[in-house]
Amino acid sequence: MNTLVAMLAAAMVVACGALVLLLWALRSGQYEDLEGDSTRILSDEDAPLR
Amino acid sequence: MNAASLGCPSGLAPGAQAAPSQDPSLFVTRKGGVSRLDLQITGARCGGCLSKIENAVAALPGVTQARLNLSNGRMHVEWTGDLEARRVAEKVASIGYGATAFDHGEAEATHKRTESRLLTAMAVAGFAAGNVMFLSEPVWLGQDMTPDTRQMLHWIAALIAVPASLYAGRTFFESALASIRARRLNMDVPITLAVILALALSLYETATGGLHAYFDASVTLLFFLLIGRFLDARLRRRAYAAAHALAGMQASTVTLLSVKGEARSARAADVKAGDRLMLAAGERLAVDSEVVSGVSEVDLRLVTGEVEPVATSVGQVLHAGAVNLGSPLQVRALATADRSLMADVARMLEAGEQKKSAYRRIADKAAEIYVPWVHAIALVGFLGWLLAGATLQFSAFVAITILIITCPCAMALAAPVVQVVASGRLFRSGVFLASGDALERIAEVDHVVFDKTGTLTLGDPVLLPGVWKPADLEVAAQLARASRHPFSRALVTAAGAGPVAGNVIEQPGLGVDGIVDGVSTRLGSARHVGVEAGGSAALWLKVGEAEPVAFRFADVIRPDARETVKRLAAMGVTAEILSGDAEARVADAARATGIETWTSGASPRDKAAHVGALERAGRKVLMVGDGLNDAGVLAKAHASIAPGGAVDVARLAADCVFSGDSLAAVERIVRVSRAARGRMRENFAFSALYNVVAVPIALAGWATPLVAAIAMSASSIVVVLNALRLSIGREGAAR
Repeated sequence: MNTLVAMLAAAMVVACGALVLLLWALRSGQYEDLEGDSTRILSDEDAPLR
Repeated sequence: MNAASLGCPSGLAPGAQAAPSQDPSLFVTRKGGVSRLDLQITGARCGGCLSKIENAVAALPGVTQARLNLSNGRMHVEWTGDLEARRVAEKVASIGYGATAFDHGEAEATHKRTESRLLTAMAVAGFAAGNVMFLSEPVWLGQDMTPDTRQMLHWIAALIAVPASLYAGRTFFESALASIRARRLNMDVPITLAVILALALSLYETATGGLHAYFDASVTLLFFLLIGRFLDARLRRRAYAAAHALAGMQASTVTLLSVKGEARSARAADVKAGDRLMLAAGERLAVDSEVVSGVSEVDLRLVTGEVEPVATSVGQVLHAGAVNLGSPLQVRALATADRSLMADVARMLEAGEQKKSAYRRIADKAAEIYVPWVHAIALVGFLGWLLAGATLQFSAFVAITILIITCPCAMALAAPVVQVVASGRLFRSGVFLASGDALERIAEVDHVVFDKTGTLTLGDPVLLPGVWKPADLEVAAQLARASRHPFSRALVTAAGAGPVAGNVIEQPGLGVDGIVDGVSTRLGSARHVGVEAGGSAALWLKVGEAEPVAFRFADVIRPDARETVKRLAAMGVTAEILSGDAEARVADAARATGIETWTSGASPRDKAAHVGALERAGRKVLMVGDGLNDAGVLAKAHASIAPGGAVDVARLAADCVFSGDSLAAVERIVRVSRAARGRMRENFAFSALYNVVAVPIALAGWATPLVAAIAMSASSIVVVLNALRLSIGREGAAR
């Protein structure tokens, strides 16, 4: 039982982490220009988004 | 700079070489020494364009950031120091792309906020749905689970589901509250009731160690519904942005003259009555004005639909949308009071808006029938079990499961998913829809009213074959290249690139004089060369003392207009022409397109009255128009479509905007709308059928959480798949 509680708690932490990461990615505009980003990867002088 | 390096390196888009006419400095925001500017870039198609434009702008002194969004064509530039904004736009133009300053409208910001709020809510609901499902499955499928373990799993599920539902469901709760306050029932009322009651019942069951908890039902329901809402919001924002980008003049500016005669740029919205403005050659008038000085010709195609330019005189009133073709004019802005055409149009737009907001969508009609029924059945279930001797607890359980299982997951997705798929399909073919219910209204139309100039026709005159010889055209083109008159432009289009005549003088309202091959030559109206006027629109060429030669022009009909009219007729949609242009030309257009009913010389009021009379006679009118004179009718008609070249007001008033030269888009819009309406009806029929099966199960008290989860997901998936048939079926192949 104790193992189960510990595992559930750990799973929740990981899942919440994923949610927070997704929300962060949305807020920082990483899904704003999918078309442009797909070509940027081919460009040599491209700098990361500030 | 050589021509090869201009524009898109892959050749996907032609280079736009027009110099920026507008001063972007008015749209720069400065904060803490950093200047920011947003530009709408046209012509950028590939990764090569992207790096070319960004690198060119980043090389300007002081620029700290230049980032182009290839998906929507907008570029954000930041710089420090005293770089002039004009230089950024000029830099972009110099490498062959168009750049206009972009004003973030209030509506745009609202769209964006709604969308990101829905997206966040959807992410939270999706996260909760997945995790609660993991906790629910052991309870449903577990063989030898102790009541303690089950209760613990329920409590953990509650810990996730309750806050997530309350957060993700805000949109529905608020809408339901507003609807109840307005004493009406919309789809959000049963959704809200189901979510909140499911949570309350589950919490009670969990606290008392019961068997059934519906935490997964409440979050899954919200997740499905939010997917529909989010797609809807995103499509709306994209369509809105696209319709505005077509204008290329979100931020229109004027040249304001001070009392001392100094010129400065100002936003068109800031112009007050009595201000003196300068209207340069080729510029479009932004506000209704009166001519103060200068003699020129103006193009009124967008205002009245007249093809031939009109000569101006001092004191003449010009309406917004007029384009100056000749020499610069000084004008005085008029109050937008009673006699202003703009004010008339604004009033008609307002009336149209009111009418459209009163339109009852299929989903609203369904909700009005559905909601009372479901609530009545839940009540019957509760009372029935109570009278049959069941406990209060069990009776409440039955009533709540009825609300959960009939909760309009499929019903609420039925319309939006179809709208998203249909608008997405139209979007890919260059049609931008203003709203989802536009599809429903367009599907109902049985009569289409076309404007002529710019709608049935391309709007630009084209040179007709005639008695002139190719050598005449070469000579005429040399003079025409120096003029902005639409006939001159048509001559140049026919002749192609070449030399320009020397000593060219343009006489407004008459024509151009110049020296070609050492001979003084005139090109202009019949009066300009001294012959009798007559026949259709013409330009005359007189070389030296030789006999003048006539070039005749016509505003050509869009290539597939006749075919489109025929196809509409086959769908049971009759057509007619309603134009402000002269009788002879409208009759020609009617003959060319095979339309039998036509009206010429109609003023904006006549047009509105005509469409009003048709609608009173029970017709559902689809208006297709592009001019300022059509804007009121576009707003008033049951449904409306504007071509991409239309004036801003017309585009905003219309339900959808199509790009490109082909009129077949009108037929396609009607066809897709009708197919979409068919899918929506099927979906509602399916949802009703689903409830016929689900309600007895819930009434019998068999709707366990497992049954509810399977029933709701399955019905939603069926509805979504049916909607997707729109884009993969026979209809889809036709695009």
